[in-house]
Amino acid sequence: MNFRLLAWKSLSSRRSTAILTVTSIAVSVMLLLGVEKIRFNAQSSFANTISGTDLIVGARSGSIQLLLYSVFRIGNATNNISWESYQDIAQKKGVKWTIPISLGDSHRGFRVMGTNKDYFSFYQYGQKRNLQLTSGKPFSDIFDAVIGSEVAKSLHYSVGDEIIISHGTVSTPFSEHKDKPFIISGIFKQTGTPVDKTVHVSLEGIEAMHFNWQGLVKKRKVGKILSKANLKPESITAFLIGLDSKIMSFKLQRYINEDIPEPLLAIFPGIALHELWSLISVAEQALLIITIFVVIASLAGMLAVSLAGLNERRREVAILRSVGASHWHIMGLLITETLLLTVAGILLGIAVLYSAIKLGQPIIEAKYGLFIPISIPNEREFAMASILLLTGFVVGLIPAYQAYRNSLADGMSTRL
Amino acid sequence: MTQLLLQPPLILLDDVEFCWHAKAKPIIKSGKLCVERKEHVFIQGASGSGKSTVLNIIGGIVTPQKGLVQVIGKDFLQLKEVQRDKVRADHIGFIFQLFNLIPYLSILENVTLPCRFSDVRRQNAIERSGSVANEAVYFLNRLYSESKFGFDRNTSELSVGQQQRVAAARALIGQPQLIIADEPTSSLDYDSRQAFMDLLFDEVNTSGSTLLYVSHDPTHKHLFDRVVEMSTISTQSSADL
Repeated sequence: MNFRLLAWKSLSSRRSTAILTVTSIAVSVMLLLGVEKIRFNAQSSFANTISGTDLIVGARSGSIQLLLYSVFRIGNATNNISWESYQDIAQKKGVKWTIPISLGDSHRGFRVMGTNKDYFSFYQYGQKRNLQLTSGKPFSDIFDAVIGSEVAKSLHYSVGDEIIISHGTVSTPFSEHKDKPFIISGIFKQTGTPVDKTVHVSLEGIEAMHFNWQGLVKKRKVGKILSKANLKPESITAFLIGLDSKIMSFKLQRYINEDIPEPLLAIFPGIALHELWSLISVAEQALLIITIFVVIASLAGMLAVSLAGLNERRREVAILRSVGASHWHIMGLLITETLLLTVAGILLGIAVLYSAIKLGQPIIEAKYGLFIPISIPNEREFAMASILLLTGFVVGLIPAYQAYRNSLADGMSTRL
Repeated sequence: MTQLLLQPPLILLDDVEFCWHAKAKPIIKSGKLCVERKEHVFIQGASGSGKSTVLNIIGGIVTPQKGLVQVIGKDFLQLKEVQRDKVRADHIGFIFQLFNLIPYLSILENVTLPCRFSDVRRQNAIERSGSVANEAVYFLNRLYSESKFGFDRNTSELSVGQQQRVAAARALIGQPQLIIADEPTSSLDYDSRQAFMDLLFDEVNTSGSTLLYVSHDPTHKHLFDRVVEMSTISTQSSADL
């Protein structure tokens, strides 16, 4: 007995309720898998923000705060690191490279970061990928700047453009370093990390920009004359360390945290990223739980529709029984119907989700820096769809059992 | 006659007691009903005389608590439910008073429905007409000789008389041994009744089936080999469900 044909015909005869049921399941599937996809990609893109760095060093504060300002350009440092301490650590045995980070200025909402040329050769993100330039070259002059891809895209900058950097992170007409414009020397290739939203200049550039400034205001009188020789920075905000061997990292971390007179903090980026993610993931878990409830609601809707329709179908069941259908056939028919609805809902949901990703990909990427690839469903998504299908089957058992009870009482009586 | 005696009767009910719940009083207590092969039997009984329950028992939908129920040589009290369903699917065609058809299936799909549940009837249909669809069209053409229209149409477009003929075609397809008609003409007008009865008898005679015809209306009883009063088959202690 081919139930699918019978179930299909029966569903087509109740087209509008069937379509509504499929739509509600599709929406819930779309939400469930969509949240899972964003969650998964956000987590992996988050974990890929920085790689290849063994230690991050900053002023003594919390590890998450240090990670936030040094890697994510969120918030500010409580204190700086003296140049002497930086040099002391940088020259320790086993230290392969260091990347200084000097923060505190901005350009039209984008953070400006002072660093050195090691940034171009040693900074890594994702699966140990180095930064690449799409155009131009690394900074060489004091007033050269290399911008992230998003800065270039949203402000329509290209190599050779002049930019004015503001003091502090909020731009006001009084705080702009108008006297010292920077020239864009290069643009980084997109990374999907905060690098895209950063304006990079040399440490000397940072110093030069603040030359003749005192605190937050510009000195009225022109002081010393600007030259590369007197641009040695007195302090930096943080720095990244790459080691010859990972085994040394604990030893060096203890040295920085305990032995140096200046109160500093060294953290492992991987652990700090994990801590930060576990903080953020609360919201993401909540979202997932809400979505699960949406799924339950849509399945409950399907159950309600199926049960409500059952009374009208008693005659149909009686006819089927009279032509030889067993109870198993009747139950099979009803389960097949709910399964068809569930499968159609899941497939439609996946189709709509992927179309939405395809359409929304550039927007999400531009707005949130999150690239969601169109990939075959991963294990978790697959498991979710399977659980949904199984739940659809279990939900289908309820009207099937009810139909069985009805037909026990009705027998072959078609006069209902 | 000797041949008939050698074969067991097609239906044999004896001393059957049926009640819905184990502790309830029996609603049906039957005397003896014996229907031979190829016999055309008219069972006369008012509505509420326990007809539906008796038909449900013969169709194997319900089993009595006590007594003997033999249909097509099978002892229904010894069979499992699924086995009884199979006997019904393979050997019995039903025609009811009203609402015989599945609304979401076409005329042709309604007629071929029994062949979906029974290999025996499907085989019979294929042997006789080459395919299930051919057999269905054969019956439909015979029953619909006066009007020619597509059999892929929806059944909701049919008049009651036409619906009853589709039901008859469905009951006859695949040559079941037993046709049970439960007030098949009571929703038809006089002319249609006459035509329907002629067609039914024609087909039953051609295929050599046994006909069990249940009605409260004695109009057609002269067409049958034998008339049985419902009251002799079943006495019931409360209203028929």
